Formats: sequence, structure tokens, C-alpha cells
Amino acid sequence: MSIGGLEVEGREALEAEAALDSANVEGRSQWQLTWRRLRRDKVAMIALTFIVIMVVLAIAAPVFVAITHHPPNIAYPNTGETAAGNPVPPGTAGFWLGTDGTGRDLFIRILYGARISLFVGFVTTAIGTVAGVVVGLIAGYFGGIVDNVLARFTDAVLAFPYVVLALALAVVLGPSLQVIIAVIAFFSWAAIARIVRGQTLSIKEKEYIEAARSLGAGPFRIMALDILPNLLAPVLVLATLYIPTAVVFEATLSYLGLGIQPPTASWGNILADAENFYQVAWWYIVFPAAALLLTTLAFNLLGDGIRDAMDPRTERVFAAGRNRGRRRRRGKRQTLADADGSGLVSSVPPAGSS
Amino acid sequence: MSASPVNPGTDAGDDVLVRVENLVKYFPVRAGGLVRRTVGQVQAVDDVSLSIPRGTTLGLVGETGSGKSTLARCVAGLIPVTSGRVTFDGRDITNLSRRAMRPIRREIQMIFQDPYSSLNPRRRVGSIIGDPFAIHKTATGAARKQAVQELMERVGLNPEHYNRFPAEFSGGQRQRIGVARALALRPQLIICDEPVSALDVSIQAQVLNLLADLQRDYGLTYLFIAHNLDVVRHVSDSVAVMYLGRIGEVGPKEPLYRAPRHPYTAALLSAAPAADPDAVASRQRIILTGDVPSPIDPPSGCRFHPRCPKAQQLCAQTEPQLEVKAGDAAAHLTACHFPVEAGENLATAGRSELS
Repeated sequence: MSIGGLEVEGREALEAEAALDSANVEGRSQWQLTWRRLRRDKVAMIALTFIVIMVVLAIAAPVFVAITHHPPNIAYPNTGETAAGNPVPPGTAGFWLGTDGTGRDLFIRILYGARISLFVGFVTTAIGTVAGVVVGLIAGYFGGIVDNVLARFTDAVLAFPYVVLALALAVVLGPSLQVIIAVIAFFSWAAIARIVRGQTLSIKEKEYIEAARSLGAGPFRIMALDILPNLLAPVLVLATLYIPTAVVFEATLSYLGLGIQPPTASWGNILADAENFYQVAWWYIVFPAAALLLTTLAFNLLGDGIRDAMDPRTERVFAAGRNRGRRRRRGKRQTLADADGSGLVSSVPPAGSS
Repeated sequence: MSASPVNPGTDAGDDVLVRVENLVKYFPVRAGGLVRRTVGQVQAVDDVSLSIPRGTTLGLVGETGSGKSTLARCVAGLIPVTSGRVTFDGRDITNLSRRAMRPIRREIQMIFQDPYSSLNPRRRVGSIIGDPFAIHKTATGAARKQAVQELMERVGLNPEHYNRFPAEFSGGQRQRIGVARALALRPQLIICDEPVSALDVSIQAQVLNLLADLQRDYGLTYLFIAHNLDVVRHVSDSVAVMYLGRIGEVGPKEPLYRAPRHPYTAALLSAAPAADPDAVASRQRIILTGDVPSPIDPPSGCRFHPRCPKAQQLCAQTEPQLEVKAGDAAAHLTACHFPVEAGENLATAGRSELS
């Protein structure tokens, strides 16, 4: 039984290898290799699935409004509130996740909150990443006084107590989506710029950069074609890890009343409202908090997974991959052993025991 | 070098492609945190003059740190020159701006030492070899692809591997990619910076033969840098020996190898391993003591004098000029006050023999 199982596994591996060989003719790019490795990372794939579901739900929010007939900003004092004026629990009167403090559909509001949170997360990360890469590349490549000015400016931005400054800016400029995006983006480029600068400094010394210069390539061509592709891996990982930071930052500002203003829903201001009802309506606080927590967790796990998949050279990743493979194999053996009814859990390969 | 600044190593009548005159390259040594100040100069190349006749190969040998690569980069226009002049095909190309240098880039190409770091790992081979065409806008689209595949075939690569990444090639194949890239624009001069020192011996010969074939077919001129004397002897027409940023001896290959005049050249040749055990047994081995001095603070007089078995008082005081020594051909120049004479035993000159 176990041997048969192993044989099947072996044949599969052979076929996979054959497929690999035939694919080899084209020459697999970095991205294809990364994707292949990432697909084998269960945690990252679960995280990615969760993110995709969240994004689809957010985009499809109006569809759910059409199904439930509960627009996000309409209160239902008759069906959506108890006699005492408290939120109704999940499943009541067509409110899938219950209602909020003013009798609005909590599920719909969480979806609309996701639209805001994810939009802010993606847009600020995109702006911050592009700005950070441009600044870091220019500082690192040109060096000298350009580098001095840009690097010191980057340090200055990083040294700011950004929550305090963000709060102050939100107060002065008045809270709005644009201000939130501008504030978060302003504080997210600096760390990326610093890392890109460091990478650029090291890549700049490679012989292929000198080769490009000896061919007559200009600085911007070299930056775009020879340096940038080598930076994409760390930048992509950083960007993935920045999205949850931006999401949390937005939630923080909204929670403090300086972000998205009611009645527009955002995870932060839903949570701020929910505070008043936590004793009578657990769902009011649990569901939006879970949405926030799981989304940021998923992005972080995906970022880690991408980092592991990107760079097979680092010792840590190698070890992790090997251990993961070993663990998986051992798990399979255990289930095989259990199927045999032995009930023994041992690390001895089943092929040897039978 | 006031007496004859021009043209050591060749006859004046030759068709000279590259002429280097009194080239100096110092790198400033800086210290201090916020306010940087120059505390010294690395004298990487100090007053070097050379010329390379069209269609020939000049071999440049020397230890690590002797300034070979710096000299090559100055000739290629990759780093600014401190002083001196580089003339290419009759044009002064010293310290040209990037824009002014652009047309000359097509004529001067480089092959680099490390076949691993000289190819961008993120780009496909077709894109790497096609880069010269793209930069100089000489071919696009299908024409570029065809040109690249022809080049790949010419250097012995399978043109079907156009879409592969450098990581999928062996060291020798990668060096062929580097050769193809250097060859793309049909340059006149190719500067080979230790092109085979990172390769296996069996692969070295293949790449050297490829370079020789290309020279014959396209009339290329090579500036060939190496620290392997056998390799230099194999490929060069004339040879220049560098020590601490200066040229110690330069001349046609055969006389220089057969009867070196500079003690440093003699020591280098005596240290090279030979394939013939009888030859090894019969020859004298000159053992140099000490390390190469720092190029920040080079020795006075002749830079080789602290390690030279023949050094005398004069060597520490006066710098020897690169000149023709008695009995040598006109193109064979040596910078030494006391050149090695035929049959002289240098091994016992300075220090007692070991064992």
C-alpha cells in the first residue's frame, strides 16, 4: 500500500521533471520560477486566496447591496434595531452579520470599508513604491552631492514621528481621502528609497554595469534596464509588506476620527463606533476587526512567501524549504502508517518497515 | 619620459590604432566624515606610454594591483584620466564627454574577466547581445534578432538559445556571450581584461582560439590583459610588463620572452610553471622577497628596487627611463639602470640561494 503510494509519487515526480525539461527550452524567467516556488508554499497560497476573495468582495459590494437591498448608508430603525435601540445579531431580518449602532447592515458596511481600506492600501503603496524606487535609484546611481541631498532627506522623513505628523496634517488640511492618501504615501517611500539606494550601490559595481557603460548606454537606460530588474524582487516584497501597513494606518486615522468621515464606511470608523456597543453586540466589533486583522495578516504572510520564493540562494530560505518538504513527506508517511492500522508514529520510512 | 614620449614598443612607421602618451591615473584617498578631504593618491597608473599597431595584439602583464585594469579602463574611456593623452585612430579621445565619446564607443569594446558578473542575470541572452544595437540604434526588431543570432553562431553558441538566461550557460559559453556582445558593433579595438583567467584551462584554449579567429577575420586589434604569461605569449605580438603603475619593459614577444632585460620580467618568467620538467630542472628560479609596495606611497627611484636582486644605490635615487638597451631591437624598451645580461644568474645576485 505504502509502496504503491510511493511509486505513484515517484512517477509523478518523474513526469513533473520531464515537463520541466521540455519547458526548459524557452528558459524560465525569474518570475516563472518564483511563481512555481510560491505555489508550493501553502501558507502564502492561503493568504493569496484570502486577499483575492477580499478584493473580489470589495469590488462586488454593490452586487451584495442588490441582493440584500441594504445600501451602506441607509439605517433600518424598525428591522435593524432592537426595541432598546441596540444592533440586531447576525442572521436577523436579512442582516447577514447583524447591524451597527444606527441600524445599518454591518456586512455591507464592512464590504464598503474594504473598498476604502484596500484602495488606500494599494494606491499609497503604488505611489510610495514608485517614488521610493526613483529616489533610491537616482541617489544610489549618481552618488556624490545628489546622493547626499536625497539620502539626508530620506533620513529626515524616516526620523519624523509620523503618526503625530499625520494627525497634525489631517487636522490642518481637513480629513479627506486625498489627504489620507497623500499623508500615507509621503511616509511610505522613504524606507523603500533607502533599501533601493543600498541595492543600487552594490549593483552599480557589477561588471555588467561597466559593460553597459562601455557600450555607450546612458545613465537612465542603465538604471531602467540593468539595475531596476535586479531590484524588483526586494521591492515587490517590500511593497507587499507595505500594503498592510498602509491599511492599518488608514484604519488608525479613521478610528481617531481624522480619516474617512462618516457616513462613509471604513474599517477604522466602524471600529470606533463599535466601541460603544461592545457589551451588547459582539459582532459589531468582531467582524470588522477580523476583516482588518486577517487582511493585514494575509498580506504579511504573502510578502514573506514571496520573499522566500524570490531568493532561493539565502540559507534561511533553503533550510525552510527543505524542512517544509521534509515535514510534508513525514506527514504523508504518518498517514500511510495510520492507514495500515499500526498506529505507530515513527520517522522510519514506510518503505523500510514493510 | 622627456626624451622619447611616443611610441615605445613599435616602429614609428607602423599604422598605429591606439596611442597612449604619458597617461597618469591617480585615485584620491579620502578620509573624514562630513567634510571629506584628500589624504593621499593611489598612483594606479603613473606616466605610461604605449602604442598598439592596427591588427596586432599587445599583451599587458603584471601582478594584481599593477594598474593593468585601470590602464585598460582609461583607454576605454570608462574612467577619467588624471593627465596624459589617449589617441584612437588619430583622434584624441582623452576625457571626452559621454556624448562626444558615443561614436567612439562603437570602435572600442571590452571583454570582461568575470563571465558571471559581466552578464546581467535578469536579462535574456538575446537582449544582452542585442544591447549594442539597441543603444546605437543600428538595428531593430527582426533585423536585430537576426544579427544577434548570427553573432551567436559566429562565437560558437546555439542561436536557438536566444531566449535563455545567462544562468543557463557554462562559464565558457558565458564568456562567448561576452565576446559576441563586444563584437556586435564590429569594433576596431577590443580590450580583453583577463578574459580567460576565470575559466577552466580546457575552456581557456577554446576562447583564446575564438579570439584569434575573430582577429584574423575582422582585422581586430586587441589590448590583452592577463597575469598568465603563457596565455599572453600565445596571443600577443608584443608584450608590456607593468609594475606598480609603470611599464618596466615592453617589446616584441619573442625577444622579451627569450631574453628579458628587466629583472622583474626575468623573475616573472622564472616563476611561471612550465610543462616540460627538464626545462624546469635546468632553469634558475628567481625568488622575489617581500610584497608589492603600496601604490599610495610608491618607492623612490625605480619602483622595483626594494625587491630587485640587482638593486644598487642609484636605483633608489634616480628613476630609470624606458629606453632601448644595448643589443636590443629598436622596439624593445626597458626601464632599468642595470638590465639583465644574457647568461646572468639572478637567483644568486641578491640573496643566497634557498636549499
